[in-house]
Amino acid sequence: MNDLLGVVDWSRAQFALTAMYHWLFVPLTIGLSVIVALMETIYVRTGNARWKGITQFWMTLFGINFACGVATGLILEFEFGTNWSNYSWFVGDIFGAPLAIEGILAFFMEATFVAVMFFGWNKVSRGFHLASSWLTALGVSLSAYWILVANSWMQYPVGCDFDPAQMRNVMTDFMAVAFSPVAVNKFFHAVFSGWTLAGVFVIGVSSWLLWRRSNVEAAKSSIRVGAWVGLAGILLTLWTGHGSAVEVARVQPMKLAAMEGLYRGSNGQSLVGVGVLKPESSRTADDPMSFSIDIPCGLSLLVYGNTTGFVPGIDDIIDGVTVNAQGDSIHGPSYADRIVMGKEARKALGDYEAARKAGDTAAMESAAARVQAYYSNFGFGYLPSPEAAVPNVGLTFYSFRVMVMAGGYLLVFILLVLFLSYRCNKWLENKWICLLGLLSIAVVWVCSQSGWIVAEVGRQPWVIQDLMPTSAAISGISKSWVQTTFWIFAAIFTGLLIAEMSIMLRFIGRSVKRDIENPKH
Amino acid sequence: MSTTVPGRIWALYRDGFRSMTVGRSLWALIIIKLVIFFAVLKLFFFPDILGTEYDNDTDRAAAVRMSLADGAGSLTETNQ
Repeated sequence: MNDLLGVVDWSRAQFALTAMYHWLFVPLTIGLSVIVALMETIYVRTGNARWKGITQFWMTLFGINFACGVATGLILEFEFGTNWSNYSWFVGDIFGAPLAIEGILAFFMEATFVAVMFFGWNKVSRGFHLASSWLTALGVSLSAYWILVANSWMQYPVGCDFDPAQMRNVMTDFMAVAFSPVAVNKFFHAVFSGWTLAGVFVIGVSSWLLWRRSNVEAAKSSIRVGAWVGLAGILLTLWTGHGSAVEVARVQPMKLAAMEGLYRGSNGQSLVGVGVLKPESSRTADDPMSFSIDIPCGLSLLVYGNTTGFVPGIDDIIDGVTVNAQGDSIHGPSYADRIVMGKEARKALGDYEAARKAGDTAAMESAAARVQAYYSNFGFGYLPSPEAAVPNVGLTFYSFRVMVMAGGYLLVFILLVLFLSYRCNKWLENKWICLLGLLSIAVVWVCSQSGWIVAEVGRQPWVIQDLMPTSAAISGISKSWVQTTFWIFAAIFTGLLIAEMSIMLRFIGRSVKRDIENPKH
Repeated sequence: MSTTVPGRIWALYRDGFRSMTVGRSLWALIIIKLVIFFAVLKLFFFPDILGTEYDNDTDRAAAVRMSLADGAGSLTETNQ
């Protein structure tokens, strides 16, 4: 058991390391592709050659980031086959189809149009080049879409039936999988957060140029575009974040309760604005916070759009309290009941296998019917107690607040930059503003990573909501093996990150000594 | 210079690769990455467990079924 625990924890750590490393590059690629396309649009519409130089400068940074991020997601697929073989088999084609579409789109669309973007200056018409830039941006986002469809299915498994014979979830409704509200919301939330990140990145790098008194006009022009994209990004991220919260309340209420540190819910539930959780040992359902500043009725308002709706807490959910479409609390099976049903499903699965080995078709059909009857609670059959279905409340709660506070800061920062840019742009050259711009690059990445921590830690212990806990997804490999590969990854990723950062910083550093608006080619 | 579409596409890529500056470092980085990922990590550290240990899908399904029905054990409190 201890070895299993170790394998699960080390595999999770390894997956988190890989995913977070991958996510360093993805949002910048998504957002910067849009900014580059916008800058080129300005160039094509105005015919002003300085915008061509500015576009090429940011396009090169886009290319560096694109190259740095490429293939880092492949490692995740390696891990599926080695560390998470039960999971990989169990999800089968549902996970495979979106990933295959993503691979085809990424290969054909991005490879084709990225090449025209970089190699096509003065070789193809301005219009075709501009179209290629926009199609690259579209391709990048579409690639992200299919990955997020796969991720969303894990959080909200729809459009499938479980087949005990194949031991797989079989897709029955592609549209339900591809366009589930969770997937659509997650996609827009992730893409718009990428716009925000790239906008702040452009402002930050431009601030550094202003700090060095280099390419002042190009930097200020870039800041305007970056700030507008950043502002659109963060406002749309807020909007889609609200949509995500509504979806989480509907399909993953335990995650929402953990995000709020809410153990006992109520009608007209308040929202924790700022708060500190008590240590787990002294935390009680009625008094979980050491300190908090609450927004009265805020959570009910956020989730239901009214001030009276009931939001269940962790203990309510364990007791089987759910909420109907009107926002009223209703009682369903408790987690203790669901554990019993889940164990019955597991037992039926064992009976199915025994019958299969015995060649008893009638017994197989009977066992399969019992599996189906309890399948919606299948994952609960692995839980030793109802409390095991509670995620890490502290990490989810604080990550959510870091994300929200960082997002709030970024909104104010972007508005400030826009104001200065139009009203007194000499201030953009102020050292303190430049320093703020540089520091904001770190803040936006912290914000972005925190969002994923909320999404992924908050859904634990499930790798597939209600159907498969993370511990059941694991392969029969040794802890030492996973530890070894974890440290190999840590070393490789550190080395690659240093190499990638040095290429990017060297390029930015060299730009100080050259005229961005008038490149040689 | 070719005037056919394939010839122009070939020229686009050929001239593009020849005139790369930062791109050379990036391609070197991508190739190093792919070699490490596929020739080292995938080959020596990340076998497809079910693909290598079982001959066919029926056996793989049976292995996963056994694992999930009986073998995977219970979730623990620390799995959060």
